[in-house]
Amino acid sequence: MSGPLCEAREALVRGERTSVELTRACLARIEATDERINAWLHVDAAGALAQAAEIDARRARGEHLGPLAGVPVGLKDIFLTRDLPTTCGSRILEGYRPPYDATVVARLRAAGAVILGKQNMDAFAMGSSNENSAFGAVHNPWGLDRTPGGSSGGSAAAVAAGHCLGALGTDTGGSIRQPAALCGVVGLKPTYGRVSRFGVIAFASSLDQPGPLARTVRDVAALFEACAGPDPHDATSADVPLPVGLEAMPRDADLAGVRLGVPAEYFGEGLEPGVAAATQAALDRLRALGAELVDVHLPHARYGVAAYYLVATAEASSNLARFDGVRYGQRRPGADLAAMYGATRDAGFGLEVKRRIMLGTYALSAGYYDAYYRKASQARTLVRRDFDDALDTVDAIVTPVSPTTAFRLGERVDDPLAMYLADVFTIGCNLAGLPGLSVPCGFDEAGLPVGLQLIGRAFDEATLLRVAASYEDATGWCGRRPALCEEAP
Amino acid sequence: MSAADATGWETVIGLEVHCQLATAEKLFCGCPNRFGQPPNLDTCPICLGLPGVLPVLNRQAVDFALAVGAALGCTAHPQSVFARKHYFYPDLPKGYQITQYDRPLLTGGAVPVDAEDGSVRAVPLTRIHLEEDAGKSTHDATDATLVDLNRAGVPLIEIVGEPALRTPEEAGDYLRALRAIVRYLGVSDGNMDEGSFRCDANVSVRRRGATTLGTRTEIKNLNTFKGVQRAIAYEAARHVDLLEAGQSVTQETRLWDDAAGRTRGMRGKEEAHDYRYFPEPDLPVVELSAAELRAAAEGLPELPAARRARFVDALELTPYDAGVLTAERALADYFEAALAAHPSNAKGVCNWITSELLARVPAGDIATGPVAPVDLGRLVALIDDETISGRIAKQVFDHMLAGEGAPDAIIEARGLRQVTDTAAIEAACRAIIAEHPDQLAQFREGKTRVKGFFVGQVMKATRGKANPQQVNALLDRLLAEDASDP
Repeated sequence: MSGPLCEAREALVRGERTSVELTRACLARIEATDERINAWLHVDAAGALAQAAEIDARRARGEHLGPLAGVPVGLKDIFLTRDLPTTCGSRILEGYRPPYDATVVARLRAAGAVILGKQNMDAFAMGSSNENSAFGAVHNPWGLDRTPGGSSGGSAAAVAAGHCLGALGTDTGGSIRQPAALCGVVGLKPTYGRVSRFGVIAFASSLDQPGPLARTVRDVAALFEACAGPDPHDATSADVPLPVGLEAMPRDADLAGVRLGVPAEYFGEGLEPGVAAATQAALDRLRALGAELVDVHLPHARYGVAAYYLVATAEASSNLARFDGVRYGQRRPGADLAAMYGATRDAGFGLEVKRRIMLGTYALSAGYYDAYYRKASQARTLVRRDFDDALDTVDAIVTPVSPTTAFRLGERVDDPLAMYLADVFTIGCNLAGLPGLSVPCGFDEAGLPVGLQLIGRAFDEATLLRVAASYEDATGWCGRRPALCEEAP
Repeated sequence: MSAADATGWETVIGLEVHCQLATAEKLFCGCPNRFGQPPNLDTCPICLGLPGVLPVLNRQAVDFALAVGAALGCTAHPQSVFARKHYFYPDLPKGYQITQYDRPLLTGGAVPVDAEDGSVRAVPLTRIHLEEDAGKSTHDATDATLVDLNRAGVPLIEIVGEPALRTPEEAGDYLRALRAIVRYLGVSDGNMDEGSFRCDANVSVRRRGATTLGTRTEIKNLNTFKGVQRAIAYEAARHVDLLEAGQSVTQETRLWDDAAGRTRGMRGKEEAHDYRYFPEPDLPVVELSAAELRAAAEGLPELPAARRARFVDALELTPYDAGVLTAERALADYFEAALAAHPSNAKGVCNWITSELLARVPAGDIATGPVAPVDLGRLVALIDDETISGRIAKQVFDHMLAGEGAPDAIIEARGLRQVTDTAAIEAACRAIIAEHPDQLAQFREGKTRVKGFFVGQVMKATRGKANPQQVNALLDRLLAEDASDP
């Protein structure tokens, strides 16, 4: 499938549509359904229409335009946007307007994309259900009583509901792939260092990676190409050549010669029957397309969740120290400096953010560092080595994205451990720094989408996109829309 | 002798010096690194610690630190790691300082410190690491705290010395030697007043002859060399008093109150920090290339101790003069440039710099002052070849200070050339003798001191240009002639 983003782009180039029309249509769909979904924290209707009108005018003048010229997209509210509110889903940044654009935002603007606004998320990207947003949970378009997943839940739900043609999210432990799976869209977590983190509010610096969400693999590829690449402002960004023309992958290509690894560790207990069935069917389909399926082993996968929640919380406790009420964001008065800090952070941060700051602070404390942070870093090395070994023999690894389909809102809020296990299949990628992609692979008996995960070698997003596109072309799962979209304008 | 020594105790001192590097830009952003700007002018989202920003290492700071390492004989590590050090304070924008912890850039090395007996003692170093400075908090009269983040992100090296110093004076010598070296290298202005060269002192005492260290205290807020010495002496005496009274020293951080001349303990809350160090995930491991290491070693200028020794050995200056000239690199460079214009008289050039030039021009301004070194060397040469007398030279020098340029031009323009023509001087002498018969009569009566009168009159008549030795010799002859041949 080409996908609505690529199709819109072509229609714009051919002069069949204008960007203003596309932008108005997106704004109308947001207007019609976002009261029920709550995917957006800030919609910049006037700004988006102005950008669209400018692109249309430039096109009419025959100017050279960027690859996303006139395409309306959304941004997770973790990306800094000059003069647009940026809250990171937290009260502590309520009303904050950054003085600069994140590198990826600047790249999207340079490519001509129309920025519709900022999307809801778990505060500071901490969560797997979007229920940790200070501005209300996001509802899954496939079932409004269900979570869209998290933390990029607003972005995934907005794409699924047709509010925008694509979105940028971030993925620290699954925050792009898990909501993409739960909302039936495609999400790519690129290789660590592939997309600049400059201007992206940090959760866990060694794990965070921005990436695209869209309806189809080719739409995701188009967004990925526009925002990836080295950035002099991000010392951890990698100067590795980016394949071009990814979205022009051939239709209905077979997968002859492609070796895909299937790790037994990812198909054990805890997998919902609906997820297990859809994933097994997907494996069969991949084999039918010509791929060779190979058993691989990731023996240290079981240490992943523990290592992740030590490394991620430790880094978060450090990264969130700057939200102290001194220079920006909300400030609460206190009798002295320590009281001001305490009151500001107590009022500004939600429960989950506080929980993780405390966990991370503890893990880094004198006397505990070796037992926790250092041990977790060692486990991380073992997890990475497992993947490297497996990917020596296969082109990509295939797993489920999430053990379950979209669970009910409120179902796990009192059980953080159960919530943390939602990421059990996705965090390995982040620990190892590898690219991971979620592509729709069917529905469970309740009609909720299931996602298939592909994990690739470092900087080999191209293989993931190619395999996923081939699978997508053969199955057409991406063509299904939630019922709510039928009523929309 | 410090108070501690007198009572059979030995003081053990280790200094931690924070030295700002004079890079063009800050350590992790492109903001200018300069002093004295209006508050918060030299800031950007990165050094303000805004959400989403990332640090990018300024390699010039690495090069400067490597130069210090090469000068002090440190081991430069091909891989070193930045770490985050956490504490909350309004002038620390990110809530952590980016520093180096368990894998510093440089380890080992030593600072050469001159001992009183003229020998040089190598005071060993533990490590030197790179880190960013914090901003500056000012507490005003209304109980408000004002924060200036111009300094936030300025590159620092922390130079950690071994506890190898034994007296406050030696600590002062160590600091002066270190400061001279960083200034020689051009990597820091070493300005204590502006906070670009700061020091914390770790002090303990032990019975003379003991081999284990006593409990130490760390003294902060040391802003002058004199303050460092006074604070160490005070603190050592305090330790001795405590121990002799049967009490123990508490390991703590204390602040030096220069006005009161004493240290005081910080409140527990202020120092109860668990810094929660961990490797900075936003910065890759710092890798040093062979080229960088080579450049640091090859780019090294001659350091003060070596230059001092050369001035004594090769130029035969006194150790004292050599020490004065080499205290500042700019002054030593000035001396050598002046000497190049008149290589045969190092002592003369030295004397003119130390007694005449430094009396009129502050040492710090000499390089940019009105007297170019080549002109000063030429001036000494003109004295030595008797073009002018020493007295006329001082007049010429005044004109040089006034910015009138090269001495030859001044002498020519003002007709100050010394008269060495014997005939001309003899004519002047004869004329003076003829004009002063009364004084001549006195001379003949045996009042030979009157000769001084004639010398003065001749010099006055020639406006000081006559060669004084010739005038003396000629007057001796002419006055005697007159006496024997009336």
